[in-house]
Amino acid sequence: MALILNVNGRDVTVTSPPDTPLLWVLRDELGLTGTKYGCGIAQCGACTVHLEGQPQRSCQAPVGSLAGVKILTIESLGGNHPLQAAWIRHDVPQCGYCQSGQIMSAAGLIARTPDPSDADIDAAMSGNICRCGAYQRIRAAIKDAAGAPAQAAP
Amino acid sequence: MNAPLRPSRRAFVVTAASAGGALLVGCKPGEVISLGAPSENFGPFGPFIRIAPDGAVTVVCKHIEMGQGTHAGLAAIVAEELDADWSRVSVVEAPANSKVYANLAFGLQGTGGSSAIANSWDQLRHAGAAARAMLVEAAAQKLGAMAAELNVKDGVISNPATGHTATFAELLPAAATIAPPQAPKLKSRASYHLIGADRVRRKDSPAKVTGEARFTQDVRLPNMLTAMVVHAPRFGGKVKSFDDSAARRIPGVVNVFAIPTGVAVVAEGTWAAKQGRDAVKVEWDESRAEIRGSDELAALYRDVAAGKGPADVKWIAFESHGDTAIAPGSGQVLEATYDFPYLAHAAMEPMNCVAEIGGGKTKLTFGSQFPGLDQVNTALIAGVLPGSVEIETLFAGGSFGRRANFKSDYVVECVHIAKHVGGGRPVKLVWTREDDMAAGYYRPLTHHALKVTLGADGLPAVWRHRVVTQSIQKGSPMPGGPVDTTSVEGALGSPYLAGTPVVDAQLAHMEVGVPVLWWRSVGATHTAFAMEHSIDQLARKAARDPIDYRRALYERAGAGAARHRAVLDLAAEKAGWGHPSAGYAQGVAVHESFGSVVAQVAEVKLENGTPRVGRVVTAIDCGIAISPDQIAAQMEGGTCLGLAAALYGAITLKEGRVQQLNFDTYRVLRMNEAPQVETHILPSTNPPSGVGEPGTPLIAPAVANALLALNGQATYSLPFVKSA
Repeated sequence: MALILNVNGRDVTVTSPPDTPLLWVLRDELGLTGTKYGCGIAQCGACTVHLEGQPQRSCQAPVGSLAGVKILTIESLGGNHPLQAAWIRHDVPQCGYCQSGQIMSAAGLIARTPDPSDADIDAAMSGNICRCGAYQRIRAAIKDAAGAPAQAAP
Repeated sequence: MNAPLRPSRRAFVVTAASAGGALLVGCKPGEVISLGAPSENFGPFGPFIRIAPDGAVTVVCKHIEMGQGTHAGLAAIVAEELDADWSRVSVVEAPANSKVYANLAFGLQGTGGSSAIANSWDQLRHAGAAARAMLVEAAAQKLGAMAAELNVKDGVISNPATGHTATFAELLPAAATIAPPQAPKLKSRASYHLIGADRVRRKDSPAKVTGEARFTQDVRLPNMLTAMVVHAPRFGGKVKSFDDSAARRIPGVVNVFAIPTGVAVVAEGTWAAKQGRDAVKVEWDESRAEIRGSDELAALYRDVAAGKGPADVKWIAFESHGDTAIAPGSGQVLEATYDFPYLAHAAMEPMNCVAEIGGGKTKLTFGSQFPGLDQVNTALIAGVLPGSVEIETLFAGGSFGRRANFKSDYVVECVHIAKHVGGGRPVKLVWTREDDMAAGYYRPLTHHALKVTLGADGLPAVWRHRVVTQSIQKGSPMPGGPVDTTSVEGALGSPYLAGTPVVDAQLAHMEVGVPVLWWRSVGATHTAFAMEHSIDQLARKAARDPIDYRRALYERAGAGAARHRAVLDLAAEKAGWGHPSAGYAQGVAVHESFGSVVAQVAEVKLENGTPRVGRVVTAIDCGIAISPDQIAAQMEGGTCLGLAAALYGAITLKEGRVQQLNFDTYRVLRMNEAPQVETHILPSTNPPSGVGEPGTPLIAPAVANALLALNGQATYSLPFVKSA
């Protein structure tokens, strides 16, 4: 049974069963491997994508529920997003595995709160685990990027 | 008096017995492991440097990038000697070849022991200098000048007398015909312009912020199958029988079969594999399984340390000097015991591997931390020579020691599955978080018991110390000396013990069926706590300030503690010791590991009974600093990993079953709990020493010492926050 999803501004047809989490459809069927698997129970945030502009855990979103929902992944940011530029300036990544999810959560934050406080950052980012412990650089990069002009989402 | 054993670099002794087969006999493991390797032509500049026709430089990195910044550090060493344009230097992972790419500290290819920079320092400086000499010689011929008259900067060679220049790209064809010098002249440290500069930054950040960086989990190959495995619920359990009828009805499931570690399900895609795996019913033979709980083990270890354990417990002295028969004096006595739980590494990317076996091919594609061992362990199953096992090493989504496994556990599992599938068809083994967390290879459960008697001067006069734990190195191809130093390093070699007149420090290893392994900073994960927290308690008994007390101890220990004193002074000064931020108490810890000495001053307060860590000032002596920014990153990250373990980390077992399977019960540090770590690097002219691990073990004792200052309560077991 085919299903049409709107991923990164394009309609795509997928054939995975409707109970398949969006995470595995993105990764295995669509080849969008920037979104990572880390825990499967919405505890780590590595699989964070935007659904209708809101950061959500794709491991918890059955693909059958997403017809007509605008889905954005890390690949949608294009590489020159102010957050990505700030992440590079601060050399945030270590192993890097969690960073797609971190950046997608941060993108949701600065879209809502252009000049986030430490408390705003804690609230928005505490669902994303980084075992390498890059937290203080993530915080610095968000504050740095928050000062830069936002780029229009696709 | 016995000469104290000193921590030494881990060394592999590969023998037929330890490698589990007849392939490896001898004392040069790298050469033996590379048997069957295809002959390679590394090009004019050798195995570590490639220069493209456009002059861009590629450094071939024999160490895996797991987050620790090794790519940038190793590339900077080459680029410095080569005088390459740093902005045009890139890094690729070396293929598996333990003859060419051995870790010189181990004798085979592998990354660990915070040794990547240290073991490569001379090797890569020589490689860079030799390539530079070849290019300069080519330039001398082209420009009609003497080599000594020429300057090299950012990949351009110039004659300052004439103003003539030539680029690496222009010189490449001629340079390639020049024989590399055997003893190239290395730069003086004063002439470094890249090493130690802030611009030595990571090379992989752009790929890691776009999702393009390729991890094992991301490998997609034509015709690839995805595998998951039903594992035994207890360590040592074996498959007795299984029912795969429900699993085989799941769309996408291709096959279900038994392997030595459980029942494998192979499927088209991860979700089908998981659903299939979850539908298999297995009956286990647990006749040889470990059925004890961690509470039971901890109680046993306490009894053993107290002399009330089984009669067959064997004690081995690891530090012993002075007349231990002398009755302790009448000074003040500290008696303290410390309990440390099992810890999971819980790297963000659960363990995984891609294997292709058959059709004349034996290939692994994954984040291989020890290609030398992974080749041997794969070869034994595939029935090929180890050197013929091809490994494409990818970025690893963290490791913290987990991927450096003597048994290549998850690799071997994948190889068994791929061999069963056969025909060279790619198989990706995916472990869920639960598989990863329950699979063992934990930091060992450990108990320390100390009795320290102070002399009239308030300093330790008699130090009695017992450590009870599991051996990491036993039965491995890295057996170490008479003492498995990974159990006691940090107590072993401590300047506090060196200066104490009477020391009686002994270790007992217990036989437990829970697999254990190194966990970032290894023995120091517990020894640093036992030593540093005891020192603060002793300082209180002696009515001395903790920093002044340590200074006195380092002075007593002599020259061997000079670096400890230096980092302590630097951290105390930068932290403003004695003047904590409002509402916080300060705690200090100092520890040497992997050749580096680190001091930390942490500011801590209690919020609803939970320690909250604010500012953490770190001072490190790691020899010559290659990348100050990445050294700081490792201090920041190591502190967070150490703090996560100190606050919450514990794997517990109930009747042999692991109780924590995911991040909901194995709690780790999050953004709202992360400290602000400042890093200060002590200037040094010594060769570089370890950075990846030494920042990890300080924070737990620093927090405990701050709490002691705050409320007078010592901490006798970790983690600080006990789960319900």
